[in-house]
Amino acid sequence: MKNVMSNKTVIALYVLPALFLVLFLIYIPMILTGYYGLMKWDGVGEMKFIGLDNYIKLVQDKLFWESTWHSILLGLFSVLSLIGYLIVSLVLASKIKGANIFRKIYIIPMLLSSVAIAQLWIKIFDPMNGLINSFLTSIGVENVPLWLADPEIALYAIFIPIVWQYAGFYIIIIYAALVNVPEELIEAARIDGANAFQIAYKIKVPLISGVLKVLVILAIVGSLKYFDLIYVMTGGGPGHATEVMASYMYKEAFGKYNFGYGSAIGFGLLVISMVATWTIQKLMKTKEDN
Amino acid sequence: MSKKKALSIITLFVLIIGLVLSGCSSSNESNGGKKSGDGKIHLKFMHDWPQGSSSAYFNLVKEIIKDYEAENKDVVIDVEVLNPDQYRDKIKVLAASNELPDVGLTWSNGFAEPYAKGGQFAPLDDIIKKDFQDQFVPGTVESYSFDGKSYALPMEMNITYVFYNKEIFKKYNLEEPKTFADLKKIGETLSKNGIIPATVGSKDGWPASMWFMYLADRIGGPTILTDVIQGKVKMTDPDIVKAAEEIQNLVDSGFFVKGNTAFSNDDAKGYFLNEQAAMFLTATWELPNFTTSPDTSQEFKDKVGYFKFPIVEGGKGTDSNSYVGGPGLGAFVAEKSQHKDQAKDFAAYLVKEWGKRSVESAGILPATKVNTEGLDVHPMYIDVLNDINNATNVTTWFDTQATPNVSELHHDLITALYGKQVTPEEFAKQHDNALAEEAAEK
Repeated sequence: MKNVMSNKTVIALYVLPALFLVLFLIYIPMILTGYYGLMKWDGVGEMKFIGLDNYIKLVQDKLFWESTWHSILLGLFSVLSLIGYLIVSLVLASKIKGANIFRKIYIIPMLLSSVAIAQLWIKIFDPMNGLINSFLTSIGVENVPLWLADPEIALYAIFIPIVWQYAGFYIIIIYAALVNVPEELIEAARIDGANAFQIAYKIKVPLISGVLKVLVILAIVGSLKYFDLIYVMTGGGPGHATEVMASYMYKEAFGKYNFGYGSAIGFGLLVISMVATWTIQKLMKTKEDN
Repeated sequence: MSKKKALSIITLFVLIIGLVLSGCSSSNESNGGKKSGDGKIHLKFMHDWPQGSSSAYFNLVKEIIKDYEAENKDVVIDVEVLNPDQYRDKIKVLAASNELPDVGLTWSNGFAEPYAKGGQFAPLDDIIKKDFQDQFVPGTVESYSFDGKSYALPMEMNITYVFYNKEIFKKYNLEEPKTFADLKKIGETLSKNGIIPATVGSKDGWPASMWFMYLADRIGGPTILTDVIQGKVKMTDPDIVKAAEEIQNLVDSGFFVKGNTAFSNDDAKGYFLNEQAAMFLTATWELPNFTTSPDTSQEFKDKVGYFKFPIVEGGKGTDSNSYVGGPGLGAFVAEKSQHKDQAKDFAAYLVKEWGKRSVESAGILPATKVNTEGLDVHPMYIDVLNDINNATNVTTWFDTQATPNVSELHHDLITALYGKQVTPEEFAKQHDNALAEEAAEK
């Protein structure tokens, strides 16, 4: 086996197929997207080269920056909710009764398709017949919020199902990391007189910080390119109040047939995601060094 | 393992990948129409009437396809069914990769234009002349015509009415309104009594836009929105701004269901179907739901009535026989189909049979003329068909006439208008900007 793995051609044999696929399905389309951004193209007819016009328009486009801000907000919320997931996971990982059942309960939303979740939450948010407002009305609240219909709160309302949707995913990962924390360390800390909170904060969390960092990046990048629930539930509305970068890109490319401008937005999204990932990695590294 | 062997395996991989990639490109060229092992011609047909939500349409199409296959033993129709939103998206994606089905359905005007001009749809003037002389309702084929050629066979013709719940109206002693003031008064009475006067799905934009289009028609005259599209009138025309203002007045007075900016058309329809809302402005494609469809209870169907959109006092549109409406879907044939003649033959058969059977068997108004005499259908159909025969004008939906770019903007702005996120002036101004930008490009 050792012999085989040191043979360069064999290594190439294992690496190349995947490399080809990634190249053809991801990197080349990525470059093409940037290239289409230089075109005026309705997606069907002839392409026309217009230089950097789309990118200049993009930088000046108020709507694009608004939707970028919404995406960033979603990223912040997702990262904040990681703290909640961490607490839940800590509780689940400590040996309490029923932890097993709760673990399963948390994972279930992940098994539902996005469209099903969207339909479910549309019904929950319905201003008149919905679960929340029926409850509010029954306890005597008169001016019930309109949730998805109110431009002021629609964005935050839609964050709830998005965060809820991925809760199980994050909890399972954190839980798995916590279970791998060596029992001896916890034992030792306990003998030294640490209480449960200290054990969690001083021992468990630092030990899984690698996993947490990955999750932060996942949460932020996932939020920046987030699309599905927003598309199904509000379509970016009312009046762009819940527009995010991906939904804006979709509207331009597939709604208005501006494939050129849509590609420019897509490329902008890519650049922003890369900058965000890079920044986060830098930030977290300095923390570690200190 | 020897170097040579590894190398040959790598070569093999490259070849396989090459094969896969070339496989993709060759299927691009075939456009789905292929002769498979059974030696029959397979025509791919895509429509957007799923069994679940449009059972009447679905069954009628299925029936016609069965008959066609029985008459043409060497042809097999492969059907793909999607719901309308997915269908819209998929058609765009398929066209972008040259993979349109041999026969499919298209909306008129702005939707069809890029496909027609981009050489994706085949011109159908030959079969229109041969098989459909004087058969179509005037104005329908034109909605699919660009640069003098027609690219689809219209199948549907819809006009819009305000449908209302007769029982609720009776309970509060209300009558069908003759004027817009009457309509507003009805709204006041109903909301005072805790009934939602009208339901509308303004998240989608287009259902809510019908109210706006009718108000523009009644205030500014029947041709005003068409004139805007053609560049003869500006959207900032005081009459159109007035129409937008009236929409916001209605919103302010609680005329529309609360939270409608988060409702799709189906969400909104739910409020009418479960009798929480008294009125619902929609097109005649809903007629089956209000008359024959087994999906709604007979009890409810008996309560549904309709009235024409009332006249606005002092407005230029003085004729309530002027409708907002238009052709819905038409059948297109892909220019790049491998069996274009067979596909045209099937499309013609489909549309012809559709025209013969649709009213009686599925309750759908076809774009081909229907003689109401001796027709065995629900009385509401006879009324509507007679209305169509007496219509003085049918203005095709503004968003249908507009280019996709303006249409999408219009939908967003309509949602914002209902949500009071724009003023009527801004609403008009933004339309004008987009229209001017497009005019400049041409």
